[in-house]
Formats: sequence, C-alpha cells, structure tokens
Amino acid sequence: MVENTLSIKAVDFNFYYGSHHALKNINLDVMKNKVMAMIGPSGCGKSTFLRSINRMNDLIEGTQAKGALLFGGMDVNEKSVDVTRLRREVGMVFQKPNPFPKSIFENVAYGLRVNRLFNGRDDLNVKVEQSLREAGLWDEVKDNLNKNAYDLSGGQQQRLCIARALVIRPEVILMDEPTASLDPISTAKIEELIQELKKNYTIIIVTHNMQQAARVADNTAFFMLGELVEYGETSKIFTKPDKKITEDYITGRFG
Amino acid sequence: MKETHPEKQAIDKNRYARQSAGFLVLKACVLSVVLSLIVLIGFIVIKGMGALNIDFFIKFPENGMSEGGIFPAIMGTFLLSTGAILFALPLGVLTAVWLTEYSTSMKMVRLLRIGINSLAGVPSIVFGLFGLAFLVKFMQFGVSLLSGIVVLGIMVLPTVIVTAEEALLSVPKSFKEASLALGATRWETMYKVILPNAISGILTGVILGIGRAAGETAPIMFTAATFFTVKLPDSLFSEVMALPYHIYALMTEGSQAGQMEIAYGTALVLLMLVLAVNAAAIAIRIKARRGRKW
Repeated sequence: MVENTLSIKAVDFNFYYGSHHALKNINLDVMKNKVMAMIGPSGCGKSTFLRSINRMNDLIEGTQAKGALLFGGMDVNEKSVDVTRLRREVGMVFQKPNPFPKSIFENVAYGLRVNRLFNGRDDLNVKVEQSLREAGLWDEVKDNLNKNAYDLSGGQQQRLCIARALVIRPEVILMDEPTASLDPISTAKIEELIQELKKNYTIIIVTHNMQQAARVADNTAFFMLGELVEYGETSKIFTKPDKKITEDYITGRFG
Repeated sequence: MKETHPEKQAIDKNRYARQSAGFLVLKACVLSVVLSLIVLIGFIVIKGMGALNIDFFIKFPENGMSEGGIFPAIMGTFLLSTGAILFALPLGVLTAVWLTEYSTSMKMVRLLRIGINSLAGVPSIVFGLFGLAFLVKFMQFGVSLLSGIVVLGIMVLPTVIVTAEEALLSVPKSFKEASLALGATRWETMYKVILPNAISGILTGVILGIGRAAGETAPIMFTAATFFTVKLPDSLFSEVMALPYHIYALMTEGSQAGQMEIAYGTALVLLMLVLAVNAAAIAIRIKARRGRKW
C-alpha cells in the first residue's frame, strides 16, 4: 500500500449549471487509500463536486467546468479523456440503491460484460463471487444468485451496488449519501465495509450525517454555498475547526 | 353532532343537495358513453351474427359478392396491418430512441415533435392521396400490397413513436446512471438496460397501432384495395381485398340482396379483430406490470 500519494487534485475548480455558479475555486487534494467525507448543507455543491469527478454531470444540459480537476495527472474534462475509461477507474454508488432489474449475478457481472474484463465463464464467476465477498454480501446471496436483485432488502441492494462497482476494480469509489435511505443496522454494515474497502480503494463520500463523517472519514471537507470552507483531518475538523462557521455547522447550530 | 342553529342547518342541506346533483350529472355522462358503446356493438352483432359461419371465414365471395365468405379480405387486412407494423416498428422505435437519448438540440426535438404530432393529425384520406400520387404513380408500385403497407405504416408511425418514447422515458433514470457510471457507453446503456425495460410498453403501442391500421379504409382505397379478387396476393405488388374496404364496397356499389347481411358480418369480423388486438395489448401490459420489480 502506498501512503500519502495523491489520487485526485482540484485546482481552482469551478462549475456552472447554466448561469448558476455551483462550485467556486475549489482547491483540494484527495489521498489514495483514504476516506474523504464531504459535508455541508443541501445545495452546497458537495454532490456536484462528486459528480464532476466521474463526469456524471455530463448528463445535465448546459453545464460547464473551469479550472482543473486532475485524476491520474490528467484533467478529467480534457477533450482527450475517454469518459467510459474514466468511469471505469472512478466507480460510483448512488443515494438510493439502484440495482438493474436483473438477477443478482447479472448485476455484478454487468461491468465486466460491458468492459469485456473477463476471460471465459469461470473467470466471470470467480470475479463476481470475489466482489460479492468484498461487499460482505456473498454469504447472504450465494444460494440465490439468480434471484432478482429487487427481492433483496434495501441494505442488501446497496451492498450489491457496491459489489457491482467493485467488480471492475476502480481506483476511486464515489459514494453519494450511500446510507441515506437505509436503516441503522444496514448503515452500520456499510460503514464497516467502507473501513475494509479503503485498504484497496480511495473513497469519497458525501454525507448529511455528521457522526457518519466522524466515524468513517480520514479527511473531511466542509462545503457551503459552493465554496470549500474548510478541509483537513476529520479529527481536527470535528474537534478544533479553524473557522467558526464550520463549528456552528458541525454542532448543529444551522444546516 | 347535532347542529342546532337553523340557518346553518339549511346551508348544510343545500351543500349536500348540490353534491348529489353533481354526482347525478357525472353518472349520466358515464352511462351515456357506456350505452352508446353497447348499442353500437349490439347493433353490429345482431345484424351481422346471421352471416357468420365457418364458410364465411374460409370462402371467397361468390355470386357477385352476395354469397360466400370474406376469406381474402381477412387475409388482406392481416397482411396489410402486419406489413405496416414491420415497416413502422424499427423506424418508430429508432426515432424514439434518438429523440429521448441522442438528440442534443432541444430546438430540433421540439420541431420534430411538432412534425410527429402533425403527422398524427393528418386526415387519413390525405394519406390515401399521398399514397396514390407518390407510391402508386411516381414510384410505380401500382395499386398493391406494398403501397398500402407503406401508407398505413406512415400513418401509424406517430402512435409508435409516441408510445415508444413514453416507454423509454418511463425507465428510471437511476438505471441509466448506474450503467454509465460503470463505464458503459450510451449505446450499451440503451440496448442493455433501457430498451429491455421499455419493450413491453413499446409492444403495447405497436399493437394499438395495428388495431388502428386494420380498421382504416381511406388510406388503402386508392393504394392497395380492390373490390374483388379470385386469388390471394402472390407478391407485394398484388392488389388485395381488405375488411373495411369490403364493407365500403358492399354498401356503396351493391345492388343484390344478401350483400347487406354480408356487410354487417364483415363489420362484425373487423370489430372482433380490433377488439382481440386491443385485448392482446392490454394483456401484455398487465403481464409486464406484474413482472416489474421496480
């Protein structure tokens, strides 16, 4: 494992939805094999930043990015960047579990199939099993791999979505409020899982749950009104923040 | 609770009276709709039942169309509607895919939508004239199965496009996002995730289109249909008989006794055909809803 190497770097990054200036001069480094949490009130730009990294904002018309957002030394918005290759390296888990209406097996296999990342049926089986194990779901589903993914509980569905993201071995996993629609037990499982996953992946998580950020993240970024207010080690942000406004938000005085 | 104030009591009574009157109007409207449907179907059934027997379905018309069956008309309508769908399905679905997924200019899409909606509003006789001028004469297809198929195909195209678009848009955006986020291209996302989940909706639209095509007279009267043939069409360039046109022919040109009954019999067969097709569409939709997990 490489300590303290850079994964993602934003340099004076700005983002616009039409004329709305959603992100303002963001400068931020994300380290490899760390968990970085983004917190802040709704509409502060944290999800926009997350979706800029794998360019999911491309789906929205009239958006524009300025400045640099570097991944692997390349600006993700560079013309020469193949967006499908970028998304292969930067996986994503969404707020609401969104498995495909296919079998459990086919959900995980999907990424391997579209990216042709397997070598024959045996290899496919092995890789699907490995991912389901990593996501802590294998023991619960190994006898029902052909069952429809929507027969699983919400928490299981979200772990399935994590397995689906892991199977193509991305470097970074983006998580957009992954436990927002889950019960406390499922949430705890996902949080444990995040701790496991950071051994092999870099994780960026958006959360509205302050305790969750404190529990899972190595570093925390506090966003407000499109600006990065404060960024640093989670322990510092939560105990001795530099700015009054950060403290006010964390202690629940607004938000 | 008992209202003791007499003025308030009077007002309450008034409110309920108005509600009852309102409901009565609504009931009357629904009843008249249902009644007219029942009367229409009942009339056709009573008038046409007498003509129906096995021979009516499997025999050619005989004796100046005053006896015999309507087999060639049934076959003609079957071929025309199936052909029209084979023509309109790929064209319509691919257009819908482009409109929902690939078009980059909203202006262009809006313009195309206006075009498609106008196409849906064109009177069917105009389609017939277009078919005569362009397909029959200019393209020299002649009065033929092919000309009829193309005209009917163009006519049902708006139905197919609009229902296919609705079906494609009803697939949750989250499926699309999940697929793209895994490194799939837009095209892979379309045919691996969106289309398979939209297919039942698309089929429903297509089948409703068939029902529409089967019952039309005007578009085929100059382009495909003929009063009478002694044989079934042997190529795309043959003239065909068709159910709606057969009714038209019997009612306008006929002078012999017995033709009237055959006309009603034909109308009954056409009605049953269209109802069966619509029932199939409904069955597919119900089945798809049951199987749907999301």
